[in-house]
Amino acid sequence: MELYELGIKAAQDGLAKGEFTSTDLVESLIRRYREKNGEIGAYLTFDEEQALALAKANPKSVPIAIKDLINVAGQPCTCASKILQGYVSPYDATVIRNLKTNGFIPCGRCNMDEFAMGSSTENSALGVTRNPFDPGRVPGGSSGGSAAAVGADMCIAALGSDTGGSIRQPASFCNCVGVKPSYGRVSRYGVTAFASSLDQVGPMTKSVDDAAILLKALAGRDEMDGTTPDVPVPDYPSAIADADMKGLKIGLPKEYFEVSGMDAEVKRITDEAVRKCEAAGAELVEVSLPHTGYAMAVYYIIAPAEASANLARFDGVRYGHRSAASRDVMSLYLKSRAEGFGPEVKRRIIMGTYVLSSGYYDAYYGRAQKVRTLIKRDFDEAFAKVDVMLTPCAPTPAFKFAELQDPLTMYLNDLFTIPSSLAGVCAASVPAGFTRETKLPVGVQFIAGGYEETTLLKACKAFERIMA
Amino acid sequence: MAGNKIDVAYVANLARLELTPEEQTLFQGQLEDIVKYVEKISEADIAGVAPMMHGRPLVNAFREDVVRPSMDREAALGNAPARVGDEFLLPKIVEGAES
Repeated sequence: MELYELGIKAAQDGLAKGEFTSTDLVESLIRRYREKNGEIGAYLTFDEEQALALAKANPKSVPIAIKDLINVAGQPCTCASKILQGYVSPYDATVIRNLKTNGFIPCGRCNMDEFAMGSSTENSALGVTRNPFDPGRVPGGSSGGSAAAVGADMCIAALGSDTGGSIRQPASFCNCVGVKPSYGRVSRYGVTAFASSLDQVGPMTKSVDDAAILLKALAGRDEMDGTTPDVPVPDYPSAIADADMKGLKIGLPKEYFEVSGMDAEVKRITDEAVRKCEAAGAELVEVSLPHTGYAMAVYYIIAPAEASANLARFDGVRYGHRSAASRDVMSLYLKSRAEGFGPEVKRRIIMGTYVLSSGYYDAYYGRAQKVRTLIKRDFDEAFAKVDVMLTPCAPTPAFKFAELQDPLTMYLNDLFTIPSSLAGVCAASVPAGFTRETKLPVGVQFIAGGYEETTLLKACKAFERIMA
Repeated sequence: MAGNKIDVAYVANLARLELTPEEQTLFQGQLEDIVKYVEKISEADIAGVAPMMHGRPLVNAFREDVVRPSMDREAALGNAPARVGDEFLLPKIVEGAES
């Protein structure tokens, strides 16, 4: 077995026993990177020298691949955008500091949809990432590079970020575990903002135990992010050690099983997953989330609105691309942004500016925030009856490059992950099987209430056990 | 709000994005579709419903007001597109002033 095939737990065990050092791990990952990245494109950059130096200075640490929107001092942070090409971070995000103090080192920058806007990583302005299970297909997105790196054993584990499904959908497409923590559970200080009422950083790993270890390291109150409450972080790895399906109350939201356009194989795999949970002693309860049908519309108002405000910082003044053609301040803004941003980012900025503009604010943004309350209430009512919910993660397995041409069609690929993001609860994708003909991985989604990560991870681990 | 028509050229200027004629035509059609789709929210009954601003609302999330080290000046200027001495260099902003 090669060291790059290890997960976090196995790597930590080997380091503790002195079987190998961090340098051995990093050298193995560099070999894998050189051998595989040309084909998969999981990484935008991998600074070999820096990774080796970090390993040498931290000989008992586990390397973690980082989505290219999280700041690590001395590393690029392009957000897969031309507007940030050449940028070098002057500081560490809080999640990176947390990694470092918990025995991890950040190695390699993973590709993504530009500014995390997309569901296929095709919106990256800086590189193509291919699905490790079929190079003719996308890895999902926006954390497609992170998912492909995990799925192709090009890392031990990775960090992704999730605004409306950007950890869970690529995890489903690339056969990994992906956890979107509850809103505020993990600090966003130093993480390039997309939609601030939704963004969360989370683990993408080879097992549920690894996700628990990594989440424990990431989570907690941060003075630099005012949305992180002072809620204690449980010791997830030991809290889930005795995970069992027996007696678990699993809600099946009927709206998620009545969707038209769901792939037949995804439906088969999800139904089978439900049956296996029941056979292992789970209690199945049909629940209803009656406002599910509004979630996509709410999301595509709120997320672009917040993005348009957040991306106003890219003005060519303090960092990022500045147009050589600018003559005055106005043309500096207009041209720098026009040259720097890709089409999907421009579309969302325009959409967001529109719904926030005078005369439209109440009808769109204001109204969307109220409908969001109704969506949140659906979840509160469902979680009064069940421990977790089980749903499909994405309506299809990984699709082919250029298969979803129209932006709105691409948006609809996130319909199962967006409602829980809007509700602020935690959710995860766990591998559930492969399609029969195309041999593509498919994940199912577990959802738990806000700050119920222990319950969520327990359900995921129990599921992982019965699928083994 | 049904029937609202987005004027992409106008909104793009508000957002400080210069569009090519091709982008303008492409985005106009695409954004009309998206706007039409999101108008679905007008069907929801929101009477008496309070807006939800955040995934988990927190109030008075203050930290202690203490002086602490800030980013080194050179580090802060390290990614500047253009600089002069310890400052960011920009085109002239004030009308009539010497640039």
